[in-house]
Amino acid sequence: MLVLSRKKQQSIRIGNDIELTVVAIEGDQVKLGVKAPKNIEIHRGEVYEAIQMANNEAVHVPVDVIKLMKNNPL
Amino acid sequence: MKIKTKYLNEVVIEEEKIIHFEQGIPGFQEEKNFALLDLPNNDLLQILQSIETKEIAFIVTNPHIFYPAYEFTLEDYVVDALHIEKEKDIAILTIMTIHEPFAKSTINLKAPIIINTRNKKGKQFILNDETFKMKAAISNSFNHKGGEAEC
Repeated sequence: MLVLSRKKQQSIRIGNDIELTVVAIEGDQVKLGVKAPKNIEIHRGEVYEAIQMANNEAVHVPVDVIKLMKNNPL
Repeated sequence: MKIKTKYLNEVVIEEEKIIHFEQGIPGFQEEKNFALLDLPNNDLLQILQSIETKEIAFIVTNPHIFYPAYEFTLEDYVVDALHIEKEKDIAILTIMTIHEPFAKSTINLKAPIIINTRNKKGKQFILNDETFKMKAAISNSFNHKGGEAEC
């Protein structure tokens, strides 16, 4: 992993059209500004990981869905 | 074409009905093609089955059955990725995590599945909105219907 040191208001550029700027540093929290084209998807890391986990859980249900539905006709 | 499915053994699907997820689904990025299958004797739930991998199938449902007021703004990157031109082409599904008893099952309102029904492109859209839960209860809406799912 590339590691770069940045100060407040300094930025890094990724490719031609993505810019990450350190907007503020308050204690152990860093505020980042992301400038990117509208077609780029941006998520907090832990939110994306939580969705991955939720999807995994939904696929691997330890329940016989077909049998459960037979007993619970809707 | 014939595909092997997690819940229904082998089924025949029409190729033009395959939904393409160009980036897969988070956690299953390598699965690009899915079929939407009906669950026998059930009008409420459907199965989003991977074409390539038998074991990968999601139970999905229309979120508005459980949360009639559910609405959100679709970000431009989704509109672009799915080449959405008209609002009426959009179908929204939500992934259900089944629990036993069924009334304890939850739906993921934080990350709905968006499908452009015209070109069959799909994507799971992660909302940047804190109001929607990843594990929203379905049971309240059942109680209003007379609690038929309680057992």
